Amino acid sequence: MINMLKGRAFNIVIPIIAILFGFLAGALIMLLSGNNPITGYGALISGIFGEPYDFGETLQRMTPLIFSGLAVAFAFRTGLLNIGVEGQLIVGWFTSVYVGLAIEAPMVIHLPLAIGAGAVAGALWGFVPGYLKARFQVHEVIVTIMMNYIAIHVTNSLIRMYLLDSGQRTGFINSSASLESPFLSELTQFSRLHWGFFIAAAACVIMWFILWKTRKGFELRSVGYNKNASLYSGMNVNANIVLSMVVSGAFAGAGGAMVGLGTYQYANILPSFTNIGFDGIAVALLGASTSVGIFLAAFLFGGLQQGANMMQAQAGVAPELVEIIIALIIFFVASSYIIRWAFARMQSRKEEK
Amino acid sequence: MEYVIEMNNIRKEFPGIVANDNITLQLQKGEIHALLGENGAGKSTLMNVLFGLYQPEQGEIKVRGEKVDITDPNKANALGIGMVHQHFMLVQNFTVTENIILGSEPTSRGSIDLRKAEKDVKEISDRYGLRVDPRAKIEDISVGMQQRAEILKTLYRGAEILIFDEPTASLTPQEIKDLIEIMNNLINEGKSIVLITHKLKEIMEVCDRCTVIRRGVGVGTVNVAEATEDSLAEMMVGREVSFKVEKTPASPKEVVLNVKDLVVEDSRKVSVVDKLNLEVREGEIMGVAGVDGNGQTELVEAITGLRPVKSGTITIAGQDTTKYKPRKVTEVGIGHIPQDRHKHGLVLDFTIGENILLQTYYQKPYTNNGILNYNRMYEKARELIEEYDVRTPSAETRAGALSGGNQQKAIIAREVDRSPKVLIAAQPTRGLDVGAIEFIHSKLIEERDKGKGILLVSLELEEVINVSDRIAVIYEGEIVEIVDAEDTNEQELGLLMAGGKKEEGEPTT
Repeated sequence: MINMLKGRAFNIVIPIIAILFGFLAGALIMLLSGNNPITGYGALISGIFGEPYDFGETLQRMTPLIFSGLAVAFAFRTGLLNIGVEGQLIVGWFTSVYVGLAIEAPMVIHLPLAIGAGAVAGALWGFVPGYLKARFQVHEVIVTIMMNYIAIHVTNSLIRMYLLDSGQRTGFINSSASLESPFLSELTQFSRLHWGFFIAAAACVIMWFILWKTRKGFELRSVGYNKNASLYSGMNVNANIVLSMVVSGAFAGAGGAMVGLGTYQYANILPSFTNIGFDGIAVALLGASTSVGIFLAAFLFGGLQQGANMMQAQAGVAPELVEIIIALIIFFVASSYIIRWAFARMQSRKEEK
Repeated sequence: MEYVIEMNNIRKEFPGIVANDNITLQLQKGEIHALLGENGAGKSTLMNVLFGLYQPEQGEIKVRGEKVDITDPNKANALGIGMVHQHFMLVQNFTVTENIILGSEPTSRGSIDLRKAEKDVKEISDRYGLRVDPRAKIEDISVGMQQRAEILKTLYRGAEILIFDEPTASLTPQEIKDLIEIMNNLINEGKSIVLITHKLKEIMEVCDRCTVIRRGVGVGTVNVAEATEDSLAEMMVGREVSFKVEKTPASPKEVVLNVKDLVVEDSRKVSVVDKLNLEVREGEIMGVAGVDGNGQTELVEAITGLRPVKSGTITIAGQDTTKYKPRKVTEVGIGHIPQDRHKHGLVLDFTIGENILLQTYYQKPYTNNGILNYNRMYEKARELIEEYDVRTPSAETRAGALSGGNQQKAIIAREVDRSPKVLIAAQPTRGLDVGAIEFIHSKLIEERDKGKGILLVSLELEEVINVSDRIAVIYEGEIVEIVDAEDTNEQELGLLMAGGKKEEGEPTT
């Protein structure tokens, strides 16, 4: 039994139980605050699946979450905590929009160029903490947190100084750089769903392929598990640390491009962090740093964010409550130890009988 | 006959493996009872069953004649069973007393009564001759004293039956002597002891009876007085074991590893290898004997490219590799069995197959244009697993799940199969049982006979003398003497290792 608890099946069971616990606790809170949890959750579900529009918006919301989840997970596989996905995403957003605005070219060139520019910007933002970690052993958590602030304020002031069009934002990007899809939009009652969703799905495959099929992936995972043995076997540990942060940042930056080129078509002065990058930590954790897990976790988080609107409109539940439920789910995932313990406890009781 | 513990016909299964099958162990009051078996034979599983960490599928446990269900370690404690783990469970920056009372702190009016605890600890320590300072911090005391603190911990909780899990693995010879004395004290005070070990000498020295298990199956229990080391080894391995290493005289040829005036600094910038000179020829085993900490580790790390060289040169097969990185050194022709297999030798969270390919994964046919061919990798891994008798459920099993001996065999498979010109073996048999030791020694000699140069670094004098052709004695980072293994003995080496000079003519006693 103990062995089974460590098994692969348990990696799937734990997040599911954590999600259930999160929802149960959320129901309790709704009861305490005088709401009917059944109407509340009913509204949540119809807020995700009810109308094609809601479903389209859910997929639109999960698109950048997939990227930020992949970014966190990729670094994590190499033993690094990339808290800077938020900042990498912001510079990716800005850079891709800038390329979308400043250049005129046919779409086959312009769109990949704009997305690539976002990824490169994110990669550069990831390179700095990666290099500092490899060269001077500066802890990446501190550097990435600080890089987040640099990212938001630098992009904000660049927009304010050079690109301000109307109000708080830049102009709209040229349509040759846009991910907008009239087809997908029409299909979902004119939601903001765009082609980026499929790029995100492809990115999941790309991460899986890099980590599990390539020589570099083998090295990155090896460095993540045991730096000494990696060094012994002749891998360049420091280069792998930098590479891991660069790829992680590229994922994050591409996620920013999805927001800029897909959802909004512009960049605006951000009053605060987007939180997409920070949510990526939760997505990666819930998805156990696997491609499939991240895809599903991103769907859950995107759905919760989207469904929250309906909970408020239909059932009168405060949107803050949805945030609380998300927080509770993360709490239960993070404390999977408790679930393991409860399982073992139940099992030993059964044996006593 | 009165038994304090009876474990009758115990069976414990894990998915895919029967770890214990029909094992019976009966512990008499006041005896030291050895539990002998190879690495991975199921000794620890059996004791974890007794300690309440695992539940057996079949069989019964009786404590003082009464049938009991031991569902968790607390229950085992309550029954007077205490375990001294191989890896100490101590908080480094707590004092001995604080560690001992952890979990059962004596309190007076809500606060911990440390003074009373210290007094109690001192009293127990004195009664059994443990000589532990109750106020010393764990991080400041020796490994031997840490172990005695562990023993104190079980006694403080009222243990009558003590389980020692490979207690001598990390002790110095003097500390082992002390431990044996303590065990005898414990017996004189009426305690009973189960000693898990695979060191036959210790069993012959201290134990009354010995239960042997082989591959999870109970082989039987014998009176140690009626047994010999050979008979115990045979019971454990299932065939006759030779302690004498069989080998023909070496026929050394060209120098294949040449270390000249080597200076290597440790992390504190102290020259721990200091103007060291050493030559290893093809077809010979050069042993390096020395007290731990005289520069052996740094020497090996420098040769293999893991540690930068301050000055001097290293030449392997005619190539100056002084400034080479590990992979370059490997490719020139070095095989390295590292002294710490968990730190350097293996990625424990990788599969055993991935670990076997850890030095060659990037080469064809395992990598083509940056893409790994896992099928080819596992094909190769399975071949080597078969050839080197690595006992693992599959090539996809996590390396950390294997026993030490099988992990070491996997490393040796990886390093030897590349057929390097020089093979460096640093403490290759540490913590292994006689069967695995025999295997590794014969592999080293086999490689020697194929014309490889072998550098064997070991802290075990017996191993150095038996396996090597020549022995270099290292002292304070220098080779102070090179002797022929044939004409030396432990006394002479011991003296040289301590910085003494080789005496001319007949040694006087």
